[in-house]
Amino acid sequence: MRWIAVALISLFSLSAYAGQPTDGALGFQPAATDIMERINSFHNILLVIITLIVVIVMALLLYVVFRFNSKANKEPSKFSHNTLVEIVWTGVPVLILMFIAFFSFNELYYQGTFPDVEESEVVNVKAQGNQWNWTYTYTDVISDGYPLEFVSNPIHKGLPGEPEGTPDAPKNLAVDLPLVVPVDTIVRVQTAASDVIHSFAVPAFGIKTDAVPGKLNELWFKVNETGTYYGQCSELCGKDHAFMPIEVRVVTRQEYDAWLEQAQADVYGAREYVASISNSNIQLASAR
Amino acid sequence: MPMDAITPHDELHDHDHKPGFFKRWFFSTNHKDIGTLYLIAALCFGIIGTFLSGLIRLELAQPGIGPLTHFVLWGVEGATMEDKIEAAKHFYNTVITYHGLIMIFFMVMPALIGGFGNWFVPLMIGAPDMAFPRMNNISFWLLPFSFLLAVLSMLVPGGPAGNGFGGGWVLYPPLSSTTGHPGPAMDLLILSLHVAGISSILGAINFIVTILNMRAPGMTIHKMPLFVWAMLITAFLLVLSLPVLAGALTMLLTDRNFGTTFFDPAGGGDPIMFQHLFWFFGHPEVYIMILPGFGIISHIVSTFSKKPVFGYLGMAYAMASIGFIGFIVWAHHMYTVGMNVDLKAYFVAATMIIAVPTGIKIFSWIATMWGGSIDFKVPMLWAIGFIFLFTVGGVTGVVLANAGVDHSLHDTYYVVAHFHYVLSLGAVFTLFAGWYYWYEKMFGIKYNGFLAGIQFWLMFIGANVIFFPQHFLGLNGMPRRYIDYPDAFALWNMVSSIGYAIVLVSLLFFFLVLAESMIRRRKADMDENGVGNPWGPYATTLEWTLPSPPPFHQFNELPRVKADDHH
Repeated sequence: MRWIAVALISLFSLSAYAGQPTDGALGFQPAATDIMERINSFHNILLVIITLIVVIVMALLLYVVFRFNSKANKEPSKFSHNTLVEIVWTGVPVLILMFIAFFSFNELYYQGTFPDVEESEVVNVKAQGNQWNWTYTYTDVISDGYPLEFVSNPIHKGLPGEPEGTPDAPKNLAVDLPLVVPVDTIVRVQTAASDVIHSFAVPAFGIKTDAVPGKLNELWFKVNETGTYYGQCSELCGKDHAFMPIEVRVVTRQEYDAWLEQAQADVYGAREYVASISNSNIQLASAR
Repeated sequence: MPMDAITPHDELHDHDHKPGFFKRWFFSTNHKDIGTLYLIAALCFGIIGTFLSGLIRLELAQPGIGPLTHFVLWGVEGATMEDKIEAAKHFYNTVITYHGLIMIFFMVMPALIGGFGNWFVPLMIGAPDMAFPRMNNISFWLLPFSFLLAVLSMLVPGGPAGNGFGGGWVLYPPLSSTTGHPGPAMDLLILSLHVAGISSILGAINFIVTILNMRAPGMTIHKMPLFVWAMLITAFLLVLSLPVLAGALTMLLTDRNFGTTFFDPAGGGDPIMFQHLFWFFGHPEVYIMILPGFGIISHIVSTFSKKPVFGYLGMAYAMASIGFIGFIVWAHHMYTVGMNVDLKAYFVAATMIIAVPTGIKIFSWIATMWGGSIDFKVPMLWAIGFIFLFTVGGVTGVVLANAGVDHSLHDTYYVVAHFHYVLSLGAVFTLFAGWYYWYEKMFGIKYNGFLAGIQFWLMFIGANVIFFPQHFLGLNGMPRRYIDYPDAFALWNMVSSIGYAIVLVSLLFFFLVLAESMIRRRKADMDENGVGNPWGPYATTLEWTLPSPPPFHQFNELPRVKADDHH
């Protein structure tokens, strides 16, 4: 049963372009991090359990409807108690929930515990939500006393005359300056906000954390494959809530270092560089 | 429930003592008239709430911003398409906000609690009226004024982008403080919710006092009908949770107007504190909306299965424990705000426990039907539909309870699908179930069961077509409260909007049933003793011992409940 569910999900989540939604998809976006991989397997277990529960309830209802309708059963019985079944239908759900909780706490603590790595190996980024764009600050990359910082603006805002969506720059997801991080590296994102509450989310990474004014929240991820991944602001933040997407370009360590070099001098110039890498990756992904 | 000491004939004399129209409907202190007023109000407000949801599905049917541009900037000379789109973005946010608020505070609550609660709590416990009839009057009359304030708030400047408040029904600051919405719309909305809150608290006090003090002789707490149990628990939830909302709203009001900084970090406050207060109210609120429905479903299932309710005490205490646990799980709405992981673990555990009493209820309803001789009358269709759909909504709740998964699903359409399954297909189905169960009793006329059956089937299909695909959207990552979405979400959004059209047709049948019954005025079933009971001997609660409609004042002589009577 579980394998049927797994097969069904993977069938529908096959996609040429990882890291973004697919039309007609029934399940999660393909996982790009271990976090999302684990969420996916946990959700598959949950999906089997909840499907079974719904099927059992539906089967019972159908049985009752066909067996105990007034034509099939003229004389209603009178019972209104049965201690044994009452104990069973209290106890069995408790056991199921304990089974779920075992996995649930595992996942929760896995996501909520920052991995045990050397701080020097961690890439630190601050993502500040603004009405209606994101400011990314590379807090470790300091030149002339200032960290590398840029504002990531959406390309589409639902207005007439905007470029059509393309596979490289999908509508309502693409930005002018994406967040660039290296692959296979722990990235710590600290979220903050300058005006109202926003939420930093990338579905393929399995992450979502609110960006709250006056607060610094933290999340971490480690992406397993290079590529372009998209997310969207996930806390209602006013008029252009639907138009402050998050674009993350995951590149190799060498490419990341090269990008950092260029970005410190000219962040817009570095964009061209990143665009050229990501395109080749997308072709790779579609070939696979 | 049989009575010894009453002959309904005595009561029929009271028929003539109704006050004149104005006095009867505007100064009403009669629980049945007030119940009817609540139902009429809920119907009117519900039409507006449904219209707003129609705007949402119209706009979301296709990617891009289109339909809503026709609803904004009327009469503004020289407004360009760009201006209209910008205005539509804010308008969309106000539409989802007021859709939520109206459906919760002005449709489901007034209908289930004010409407059916007022009508049937006194009838079911054998009381002549509510404990405080005049307080009952003000409970109702605060409601239209509260609604008026909400409507006014839609029409006055809200944020920089247009009229009305567009921050969602949860009203999170700083979007709801002067940072996000400097205009008077939010202030009016706060006042509106204050007034609605006072109305509900007064109503709840009335129910508690009535139920605790005015039960017929012999009706112990453990012999009360389950709907009365449900209303008692609901009333306690209201009394305990609404003051917290009122406090949070008042702090928001002073933050906005008098320079306090409860929720403003610049002055040492914390916006997350509002969320804790809001959800301490908000989570019990969702049980406030569903518990009365649980009671209604129990009576309907028992009546049409021709069997007593299975596990009466289990059912009653399952509701009580749902009510209690409802107060200690609030932060599962806030898994992404940056809570400590241990705190999240607690809320995961507490939240999942709710599945146990809920499971008891579902299985007990099925056990009530088991061995029965089921008649599939219209109310029973709604009840069975409810049991199935509430199960679907319940199990997705178990998924969302797990913070680890909720980090992916929070604020996506998966959540929208989940709470519409338990509310739009749950609470609303119980509403229609109750409506068709008691229609003849309340109004003394019969409805056309065939047309009502068509309404049920269309609603069942349509609501599923709206909300089931939204699970897929949510899993694939579509966030809530989006006026426009990436093209990849187009298919399921289109399907969802088609479902809405089906529901509209079903609502057409609802009004058709209403109109047909009012025009034809087929008299309700009544036997020679003046007992109006169309459902047969298994409709055992006291309202079925009265004529249909019941006399203006009933139970002048109190009915006596015998020790061996069923609940």
